[in-house]
Amino acid sequence: MRQGPSAWLLLVPAGAWLLGMLVLPLVVVVVFSFGERGAAGGYVPAFTFANYLNLGARWAAFRNTLTLAPLGTLACLIIAYPLAYFLALRAPARWRTLLLILVIVPFWTSILIRTYAWIFLLGGQGIPALLEALGLGAPRLINTPFAVLVGIVYGYLPLMVFPIYVSLERLDRRLLEASADLGSPPWRAFLQVTLPLSLPGVATGCMLVFILLMGEFLIPAMLGGGKVFFVGNALVDLFLQSRNWPFGAAVAAALVLVMLVTVTLYMRLVRRWAGGRDDVSLM
Amino acid sequence: MDEDRTTRAAAPIAEFREAGKRYGSVVAAEALSLAIARGEFLSFLGPSGCGKTTALRMLAGFEAPTSGQVLLDGRVVNDVPAYRRPVNMVFQHYALFPHLTVADNIAYGLRQRRPRPPAAEIARAVDAALELVRLPGFGRRRIWEMSGGQQQRVALARAIVNRPKLLLLDEPLAALDRKLRRDMQIELQGLQRQLGITFVLVTHDQEEALSMSDRICILRAGRIVQVGGPRDLYDRPANRYVADFIGKSNFFEGRVAATDGDRATLTLAGGRSLDGRMPVPLQPGAAATASLRPEQIVLTRGPAAAGGVPVRVANRIFLGEHTEYLVESAGLGGFLVLVPRQAEADAGALEPGDLATAHWPPGAALILKAD
Repeated sequence: MRQGPSAWLLLVPAGAWLLGMLVLPLVVVVVFSFGERGAAGGYVPAFTFANYLNLGARWAAFRNTLTLAPLGTLACLIIAYPLAYFLALRAPARWRTLLLILVIVPFWTSILIRTYAWIFLLGGQGIPALLEALGLGAPRLINTPFAVLVGIVYGYLPLMVFPIYVSLERLDRRLLEASADLGSPPWRAFLQVTLPLSLPGVATGCMLVFILLMGEFLIPAMLGGGKVFFVGNALVDLFLQSRNWPFGAAVAAALVLVMLVTVTLYMRLVRRWAGGRDDVSLM
Repeated sequence: MDEDRTTRAAAPIAEFREAGKRYGSVVAAEALSLAIARGEFLSFLGPSGCGKTTALRMLAGFEAPTSGQVLLDGRVVNDVPAYRRPVNMVFQHYALFPHLTVADNIAYGLRQRRPRPPAAEIARAVDAALELVRLPGFGRRRIWEMSGGQQQRVALARAIVNRPKLLLLDEPLAALDRKLRRDMQIELQGLQRQLGITFVLVTHDQEEALSMSDRICILRAGRIVQVGGPRDLYDRPANRYVADFIGKSNFFEGRVAATDGDRATLTLAGGRSLDGRMPVPLQPGAAATASLRPEQIVLTRGPAAAGGVPVRVANRIFLGEHTEYLVESAGLGGFLVLVPRQAEADAGALEPGDLATAHWPPGAALILKAD
């Protein structure tokens, strides 16, 4: 279809926003990443690869991010799928809206406050104390990767639930009848019809959670207690505390690159396994 | 041994015994009793909400009867889930799996069998099924690449490849355009003869039911009204509802004045009387309806010939092979007359306002129970 020039006008607001808020800052970050730190911090123009060669100093942050982000995504998926399935296909219709609202209710309170609550729940006076009272030992939970994972699942679960819910809710129930009619018991109908047809929702949910987790800093900062930190925490530190802007810029650029590579690989994988299906469009 | 086979062949492949289905206080089907013979083509016909789909879904196993029994091949299957029934269905909107190719859709049923048949055998059966529905070589296509008519054929192939004891068809042609529907009707009928599988069709389209079925079961408000061959239902409808549903008819309300064997005289509301054949005996004095098929009436130009009804032409609609006249008579009111193209050409067309006489052979009018 031929588009008139007026159709392109629709892109102007979003385009201007992206140019000013994403493309230009990214250019600045890349330019800074080749610069040098001034004596009192900040940025001095230069052209050096020293910042990139020094990335190994922040290896732990990258390692944590690249293990806990996929792990957190997986944990969200494992918990969200049965929940979304129940909401879309099993919950009584008149309860569905209420139950869906309950999934969003945590968003009504700031993530900061909710994560703060977990500090107490996982801290010495919380769950460990309870376990000790029950004679099950007193494991250290707070400031561990486990605590960060709990925070991640808690904070990101709705983002996984909704795309999966939508894809399951859209599922044509007659397909399940057709499957039963052709001799497939319910569990096989799930594996052969429901699951494959809900994969677009799964792919979207995973993408959403994973991308946001790669940039996460609040949850590791509060529940990881400086021991389990993400790239996001390294950036906060470099820009705000040590004021080493060029090195911070290099770390940021590296994170963008890593993200680009992983997301591209992920999309390739999804596309291959979707086998050219046109109903899997990812996002 | 041979005797055993004959009794088996004579036993119905499926049966409803006083089968009913209620949803709370809503009755979808009430005390259905019907035997479906091996190899026949049976249609459930009726308007929406008459219970025809419920009947079909009870055979498929999607609904369990709340009273009575449903039998398949002599076995009560009330509690047998759909996936354990040797029955397959062609769904109204096909319900093809969008994530599978045409071939994988057709193979779906065979792959559910345990032990699972070898891949080569499945591939052969799929190819044969595609051949049968005249879609050879379409196996690797995606569902969304197929037209509505082709999807219909895939749905058919997906069901018949399993060689079910019963093939259930839920308004399978409703989504097709008129010409395609005609072609598919002929094809379905041919396929049924070729395969010898019992077909059970649900439709609201009387033409579809008449053209394909060996027997038609007419339903109304969850109950069976009449079961019979297409000609039976057309010539000997049990009541006005059936006459109205099967074919087009003119109806004249009145009371039975006198009866003589299977003949009766009806006194119409206007005082006129009308003679006719009475397929179901009625008592004198009973409220009744005379049904007169438009194609059984002959129009001749000019006023009142002996024995005819004088009419005035009110309207004329050209239908191709027929012309439909709406005529008015002082005693009978308005009614329709269907004149074949050739008859009209021979006698010359009548124009609105023309005077004419309507005749019909004795026994053409049916005196039916009013309902």
